[in-house]
Amino acid sequence: MSVSDKREFTVVNHRVEKIDALALACGTAQFTDDLDIRGLLTGRILFSPHAHARIKSIDTRAAKKVPGVLAVLTHEDLPRVRHTTAGQGYPEPSPYDTLVLSEKARYVGDRIAAVAAETPEAAEEALSKIQVDYEVLPAVFDTMKAIQEGAPVIHDEADSKNIPDAQHNICAKFDFEVKESEWFSEAEVVVDQWYKTQWAQHCALEPHVTVTYFDGDGRLVIRTSTQVPFHARRITARVLQLPLKSIRVIKPRIGGGFGSKQEVLLEPICAALTLATKRPVKIEFSRKETFVSSRTRHPFVLRLKTGAKKDGTITDAHMEVYCDNGAYGAHSLTVMMCSGSHTLPMYQAKNSRFIGRSVYTNLPVGGAYRGFGATQGFFAWESQMDMMAEKLGLDPIEFRKKNYIRSGEGSPVFKAMGEGREGIEQKIGSCGMDECISQGLAAFRWEEKKKRNAKQTGVKRRGVGCACLMQGSGIPEVDMAAAFLKMNEDGSFNLHMGATDLGTGSDTVLAQIAAEVLGVTAKDMIVLSSDTDLTPFDVGAYASSTTFISGNAVKKAALHAREQILKIAAKILDEKPEDIDLKDGKAVGRSGRSCALAEVANTAFYYHDQHQIMGVASHIAQSSPPPFAAHFAEVEVDTETGQVTILDYVSTVDCGTAINPALAEGQNDGAVLNGLSYALTEEMRFSPSGAMLNASFRNYKIFSAADAPPFKTILIPTYEADGPFGAKSVSEIGINGPQPAIANAIYNAVGVRLFNPPFTPEKVLAAIRAKK
Amino acid sequence: MPQKKGRGTLRVVDGKLDILVNINGKAVAMKVAPGEYLLDALRREGYKGVKKGCDGGDCGTCTILLDDKPALSCMMFAAQAHGRRVTTIEGLGTPNQPHPIQQAFADVGAVQCGFCIPGMVLVTKALLDEDPDPDEGAVRRALDGNLCRCTGYVKQVEGALLAARRLRKPQGAKK
Repeated sequence: MSVSDKREFTVVNHRVEKIDALALACGTAQFTDDLDIRGLLTGRILFSPHAHARIKSIDTRAAKKVPGVLAVLTHEDLPRVRHTTAGQGYPEPSPYDTLVLSEKARYVGDRIAAVAAETPEAAEEALSKIQVDYEVLPAVFDTMKAIQEGAPVIHDEADSKNIPDAQHNICAKFDFEVKESEWFSEAEVVVDQWYKTQWAQHCALEPHVTVTYFDGDGRLVIRTSTQVPFHARRITARVLQLPLKSIRVIKPRIGGGFGSKQEVLLEPICAALTLATKRPVKIEFSRKETFVSSRTRHPFVLRLKTGAKKDGTITDAHMEVYCDNGAYGAHSLTVMMCSGSHTLPMYQAKNSRFIGRSVYTNLPVGGAYRGFGATQGFFAWESQMDMMAEKLGLDPIEFRKKNYIRSGEGSPVFKAMGEGREGIEQKIGSCGMDECISQGLAAFRWEEKKKRNAKQTGVKRRGVGCACLMQGSGIPEVDMAAAFLKMNEDGSFNLHMGATDLGTGSDTVLAQIAAEVLGVTAKDMIVLSSDTDLTPFDVGAYASSTTFISGNAVKKAALHAREQILKIAAKILDEKPEDIDLKDGKAVGRSGRSCALAEVANTAFYYHDQHQIMGVASHIAQSSPPPFAAHFAEVEVDTETGQVTILDYVSTVDCGTAINPALAEGQNDGAVLNGLSYALTEEMRFSPSGAMLNASFRNYKIFSAADAPPFKTILIPTYEADGPFGAKSVSEIGINGPQPAIANAIYNAVGVRLFNPPFTPEKVLAAIRAKK
Repeated sequence: MPQKKGRGTLRVVDGKLDILVNINGKAVAMKVAPGEYLLDALRREGYKGVKKGCDGGDCGTCTILLDDKPALSCMMFAAQAHGRRVTTIEGLGTPNQPHPIQQAFADVGAVQCGFCIPGMVLVTKALLDEDPDPDEGAVRRALDGNLCRCTGYVKQVEGALLAARRLRKPQGAKK
């Protein structure tokens, strides 16, 4: 078996220590703001206090006179370049509807002006002295009202591009239908239900932060907390009309992103301040600004109308979604489409229809957020599956088992719905759903819990619920990643790649893949990632792509280097290259003779076939193999207060080969806990005039260590032939389960079904009372 | 300048206060503004392991030990640290010579983005100094003020319990 297809691993599939773990735990790893830069100015942004207003004039004279203020910028000072802040591949499938500084305020928190000053105090004072004369316009805050005739038009400028229907505030639309028979003609049971999900924020612990400066050669350096360094370079260059080659983007350690940093938000404005002052500038969002003016999870209004035969065969699936994008259309088409493209293929219906609209409102802007639309889609789908099962008189798990997609099966949805464009045909390779369900049921003790909960009479009632899930692994035929590695005299390697580790551990995972190919340890890899001057291109960290796509690029680059190593080693050992293996830092011949990799490197440097051993490769995927998961929740509902307590939660996930099981578990643990508080507490709330009311961790509740209920991740190993050493993605899928699993468990406990998360005590109690 | 425990008399000269703080075992003289927060002063002084996550006392990333007890450096003035002992994450260990808590966190995979980890390590240190054998509930209560969005806290709790076990055993013994 070639090294490429091996199933017995020495580095991969091992709990290798994360390569930056100790530096992070010791506080020595450097984040964006952890460098002292001489002469660093404070950049601050003036945000709109109005949800919808035209700017009649801005007077910056008094602000400019504040001592220590070096620049005050408004839209008049910057090139008028409509763009999207969505850090997507080019051309971005999001409307070009944004200016770095707005001439029209479209939400409370929109960017109006920017200042750079010697001190934070001077910057603050300058902001307070900018006089903006607003003409306040009627605003619209409701998704469904925004698309009605006569609603205020939020984007009425002629130079915006790719807005399908600006008059009706529609920033993206997509329709799809595949039909084998008349709609609902074969259905014996039909369920027609509307769902509505809430606004939520990523809450990465490190706020958005960017530092810009000119290096000694006069090039603009952007040191930034980003998931997309190469897109940040491209978009900043275009927006500020600078040559791309004059910009270098560096991503240091990142304090979490979860999608919020797949957005080019601070880079252009910070760079504009450096251009204006010729000085280094830092802009760092406060926590409140991060909540209001970075990005959010799009709230959805969804309708599912589904039909099934009495034997449990799903016949029809009509899915209608209205994705609230807030004031700008970032990720509007793709998030909306992923609510269908990741859910509809899960259960194979003969008739399938998707009607999708993304809608502008005068509220904060939606963006990429872990789960990326699939989260909202699965809340509806997995609630609907339980409702259908009940109506059919079937066990909810057996009903799912009867319908979910199996290995070897395709779906017309894969081809019809890509991300912002047509997708690709694909058949499911690995699918561990059977195991996910059976092992999950056993670990959760589903039957035992059900039996125990069968006869309950008290105030507090327990119930169980489940959800089955899938996601994707990167965007096929779009996402490209590249890597190169070079060998050093001591047998170590520099691994340079565009891939972006935002705290996920991808630097470690990718080092493990290279080390596996080269017969060394992960510690023999000196990793440098995400520097647009020093590393090759990669689209960045999103769409669950890094392990699968960047991982394949790294694997190919390592194989390329391996070939060169084998040739030199063949000369040293006097054997054929194909008879040599690399292990334990040595080249080992068939005869058993071996030489250290250090000797190979030195031979290549000084003696034989002299060259630098280096591997180079790019990768683009032809498929996006879904990971699969099954989630099980037990809740206790207090029927007097409406309080929902999670008693137990088990999630099983098939991510193919877990390149690093500890990190894979960590990805799923984090996604699940985020999903749990999204289900129960998290919600951005707004005043009647569109101002966010709870923009702090005190008032927007994410779970702490003491809040976290008992929950457990179980990895279900499969082998995905298209993935590096069998790997698929793992980072997003876990967040899709808690909302529906808990909704189903609440129904099981007290017989009320909630369609409008989060499931707060008020809502649960109101539903219980309404039922009585 | 005399080093006094507690709040000695400090005078503002040219808009600044001269304070003396014992940071990680070293006497450090700092000039700070009267309204300056300890978090900003520490970061300016080079202690970058002290993180700013919310600047409002809600997230715990700026946690330090003040006379061995966890404190939020974003919620106190720098001048309040005058004459007191401050431990930042830099005072525990280095990547080449990590503190057992830091090593345990790394060993179990508790570190993802790592932005919350310095605060969590320090809180764990204070807990284990008081109670060398905490149960899971005690660890969770101790970590309650330190938010993390990456990990679900599973492996941090595991890391703290592993560190406790190792610290109770003689040097060199693992697990």
